[in-house]
Amino acid sequence: MLQAINLDCVRGERRLFHNLSFQLKAGECLLVHGENGSGKTSLLRMLVGLTPTATGAVHWQGSPIKKLGDEYRRELLYCGHPLGLKDALSATENLISSMELNDESVTQDVVHEALRQAGLQGREHLSVRALSQGQKRRVNLARLLLQKRALWVLDEPLTALDTQASLWVVGLIDQHLSNGGIAVLTTHQDLTLTGTTHVIRVGI
Amino acid sequence: MSDTIGLSVLRGVIHRDLRLAMRRKSDVLTPLFFFAIVVSLFPLGIGSERDTLRQIAPGILWVAALLASMLSLDRLFEQDYADGTLEQMALSPAPLGMLVLGKVVAYWLLTGLPLTLLAPLLALQFDLATPSLLVLAASLAIGTPVLSFIGAIGASLTLGLRGGSVLVALLVLPLYVPVLIFGAGSVDAAAVGLGATAHLSLLGAVLVLTAFFAPWATTVALRIALE
Repeated sequence: MLQAINLDCVRGERRLFHNLSFQLKAGECLLVHGENGSGKTSLLRMLVGLTPTATGAVHWQGSPIKKLGDEYRRELLYCGHPLGLKDALSATENLISSMELNDESVTQDVVHEALRQAGLQGREHLSVRALSQGQKRRVNLARLLLQKRALWVLDEPLTALDTQASLWVVGLIDQHLSNGGIAVLTTHQDLTLTGTTHVIRVGI
Repeated sequence: MSDTIGLSVLRGVIHRDLRLAMRRKSDVLTPLFFFAIVVSLFPLGIGSERDTLRQIAPGILWVAALLASMLSLDRLFEQDYADGTLEQMALSPAPLGMLVLGKVVAYWLLTGLPLTLLAPLLALQFDLATPSLLVLAASLAIGTPVLSFIGAIGASLTLGLRGGSVLVALLVLPLYVPVLIFGAGSVDAAAVGLGATAHLSLLGAVLVLTAFFAPWATTVALRIALE
């Protein structure tokens, strides 16, 4: 269960949101809507613990995430705006090293299978520099298949993706939710998920 | 999920950074060329008076090594920060301090270690005696990791700032001074026959201290940079 309690976000002189609270149970999804610069990414960074909360708190399974530390991070998968890919490495190498940094081991076959599902068959060994924006995004999202985490926090996961890949991602999120996972995502597109979906709008 | 202190993560980071460096060899070679050129220019500029050369050799080699190891310091975290891998590291269940340690070790393997190996060769131009050469290599082997550790603190503090590389130099150079004094001092002492053990022991103590505290300080600075 993910709980946000009275979150405040102030950037410079501007208050982006105030007293924001929500609660997500297993199998539920939160869609965060808002204009550009309304604080969607700031909210997500608070939820994952990158930005400390000035007031209020984020709780995971009833305890504040600050106290849980790595116990929380073990349950969490965050896909942010920078994709976290190294241009000089291939898609396979990127995913393997990303898994290693997360203290999980993975075989090359599993990574290849994930890349195949992401629609990148035949491009596993191409350096990421040679891939298009959408393909890079697919490599980034292939982590959803590799890391078994309960909470997905995805910042505009559909950016640069074509229709087919968008459907693939929506399908993955649906499956995650039906397995009892929780997802928080921001998007500007219209999404239809089969699970329970809450919608909040940030920005005043 | 194998171990709690994150040794496998440490290996993973070192492995990744070394592989990345091999894909961009020019970044690795620049400090080495800089070091070789600066050190070689001094005998050419000063002339062939052996006594003078022998006297100034430790200082010049150490100052050049110090500047060379600082040359690519601002890139230590910069790329990871820009492409989002640093963010992912901060969210990894493994301790960030271990990841930082891995990055510093990889950085040292790519700058400090080659400098240490190259220095005795370049020192021949200064007509240093063999025992002094060995002490020079030993002092650099102990001293350059300290430079990498302290440099990591500076690099993390200036992460994401404009003109960061100049600021790193201003922040870090004063902290390098003790290393320079003991490092160059050890070679001097060996040259006059006093024995370098005292200097090297002090350098070793500084290394232990920085290896313990620098990753922690760097971690704190990185978390602030990521906010």
